[in-house]
Amino acid sequence: MPKMTMVQALNLALRQEMEKDDRVVVLGEDVGVDGGVFRVTEGLIDLFGPDRVLDTPLAESAIVGMSIGMAVYGLRPVCEIQFSGFTYLNFHQIECHASRLRHRSQGRFTVPMVLRTPYGGGVRALEHHSESREVFYAHMPGLKMVIPSGPRNARALLVSAIRDPDPVIFFEPKAVYRAFREEVPEEEETMPIGRSVIAREGRHVTVITYGAMVRPTLEAAERLSREEGLEAEVVDVLTLAPLDDSLITASARKTGRVVIIHEAPRSYGPGAEITARLVEKAFYFLEAPVRRVTGFDVIMPLFAREQAYLPNPARIARAVKETLEAAA
Amino acid sequence: MPRTRLNLDIPLEFLSILTQDGLVDEDLEPDVPGELLLKLYRFMVLGRRFDERMLQLQRQGRIGTFAPIKGQEAAQLGAVAALEPRDWMVPCFRETAAQLWRGTPMESILLYFGGYDEGGRIPDGQKDLPVAIPVASQLLHAVGLAWGAKYRGTDEVAMTFFGDGATSEGDFHEALNFAAVYQTPTVFVCQNNQWAISIPRSKQTRSRTLAQKALAYEMPGIQVDGNDVLAVYVAAREAVERARSGGGPTLIECVTYRMAMHTTADDPTRYRSEEEVLQWARKDPLVRFEKYLTDRGLLSPEKIQEVASDTDAAIQEAVRRYEELAKTLGDPLQMFDHHFEELPPNLREQKEELKRLLAAEREEASHA
Ligand SMILES: Cc1ncc(C[n+]2csc(CCOP(=O)(O)OP(=O)(O)O)c2C)c(N)n1
Ligand SMILES: [Mg+2]
Repeated sequence: MPKMTMVQALNLALRQEMEKDDRVVVLGEDVGVDGGVFRVTEGLIDLFGPDRVLDTPLAESAIVGMSIGMAVYGLRPVCEIQFSGFTYLNFHQIECHASRLRHRSQGRFTVPMVLRTPYGGGVRALEHHSESREVFYAHMPGLKMVIPSGPRNARALLVSAIRDPDPVIFFEPKAVYRAFREEVPEEEETMPIGRSVIAREGRHVTVITYGAMVRPTLEAAERLSREEGLEAEVVDVLTLAPLDDSLITASARKTGRVVIIHEAPRSYGPGAEITARLVEKAFYFLEAPVRRVTGFDVIMPLFAREQAYLPNPARIARAVKETLEAAA
Repeated sequence: MPRTRLNLDIPLEFLSILTQDGLVDEDLEPDVPGELLLKLYRFMVLGRRFDERMLQLQRQGRIGTFAPIKGQEAAQLGAVAALEPRDWMVPCFRETAAQLWRGTPMESILLYFGGYDEGGRIPDGQKDLPVAIPVASQLLHAVGLAWGAKYRGTDEVAMTFFGDGATSEGDFHEALNFAAVYQTPTVFVCQNNQWAISIPRSKQTRSRTLAQKALAYEMPGIQVDGNDVLAVYVAAREAVERARSGGGPTLIECVTYRMAMHTTADDPTRYRSEEEVLQWARKDPLVRFEKYLTDRGLLSPEKIQEVASDTDAAIQEAVRRYEELAKTLGDPLQMFDHHFEELPPNLREQKEELKRLLAAEREEASHA
């Protein structure tokens, strides 16, 4: 199997879906000739031409609104918003239409579109280019919200998202784009949307995370195993909405202790929903308070201070240890 | 009868005063004091050389990503030169020269692009808003500021900058419409530098000019040679005077060129030809203006040399101050500042938490 970065894996998913299905079209700012500012759509315009790879004018609302129309027409638009920090310019199209057209038309019209967009910090980027605002979309009824964590699941989930009959918001962790390679099979591979996976098995504590935080979490888990003999089970959520809590609650019942990691601000973050599910469904199994290691409730600092804002392996490991030491 | 031609009087002009070779059209040559011309020249040189220095600093990892202005010095400076200190300036993210003209210290710009939020602070009294990265979003603020000035009965004007790509955003159209409806003293300055990252001007809109978009909102629009600082200045002065005297908003399209990459993260060879860049290099605003000033006896080779070395010395000093300052600004706890007038309980708690974390991390590092 070839080893690929997440950028290459996403590119493979797009290329293969476009080859298989002429309903799939790609649109967004700089996605054609430039191949996308992160090169995720590289080469697609050469293969499929400007009718299927649209270098649009600079207007997020138009990109998403037009995608909705294309989807209603029967196409499968995959639009790219250059950075998640600019999706606010298309927010009304998502909330007022993409998420609710199926319901508003009582099943007559559907919106099988994907909105791909890079999110998250750690790459020394400009203002508005580093935030983690996945809850805005995870909170919205009528949307699916997917965040892959590595090349292989990114490829498989993007294929599933394109084939999904409903709108999918697909956040790509830009810190992972080129951070490492994984084997990605050339032959088709999909992954169910709405399922979490165990990224690392363990019996002492459950650590729940997703996206760019999976790697530092696994690193912390390895360190704890090596240095302390503590075995953390790491759950990679993958789909924030609809949140599959069966795996999370099963793991929590097994270990009795839970730590949640995300780079989004803490208040009303994904960790809050996950904690609520645990309280509702696994409360009697918990032996320690649920802990969160998250971004702070502040405007994401510019890059000189972003490392102090982001959870890191040391912080994660410390929180996990403290959770294990907490009296039952 | 039912199908007649509407008699819409929609005038649209193009203005150019200096030729590519720096020859002046004497009928159009504005009466500008030599002192102001020289100040414009010094800031054009500063804009150019500071930009070049920033590019080096970025390549050396001493600042982060930024948007170079090379080639757009005249289009920015000709416009802001028409403002008074009491007026407002609302930039996007490629207005380094305009920011410097207005009084933003070089080290603030370096701090901002060096990743320090402190760089966003505009010096007290200077009526500029900070850099705005979300394209076209800032135009509406210039409408609101101008409305405020009108409401208070002052003669202040608000000038805002944006690119050719910005004219595709809804916010651009909403801003022009509001400004026209409320007749606010707003001057919209479009830096048509031919590219929005990889999208050429011709793919951005079918309109033959960007200036004509003003006409749909019933406001004056004008297209100027944006590499001709005199033309930009004349158009801006007219627009500012109109705004100041109650005549409402204007849209100015400066036809210019982005000589460098979109930002330091961009590779323009992927989408545009070297020939095109060379074509525009011949229209360099700085060379042209230098020739004009020399012909007018305001510049000499010695004076040119002197401006260059004074500028370099000032830049060097600013870079030194930036790096000194950056050393004192490392405290991560600053990220909790300036959110609210008073720190709410959750932030107080989280600030304490980060303080403890950092102490523990320092402790760990000292053992390692
Ligand atoms: C709302 C929004 N969408 C996308 C971006 C990413 N982006 C930054 S600059 C730019 C192109 C801007 O082109 P133009 O308005 O012509 O200004 P220029 O960069 O040429 O000065 C894009 C797409 C952004 N900053 N804001
Ligand atoms: Mg442009």
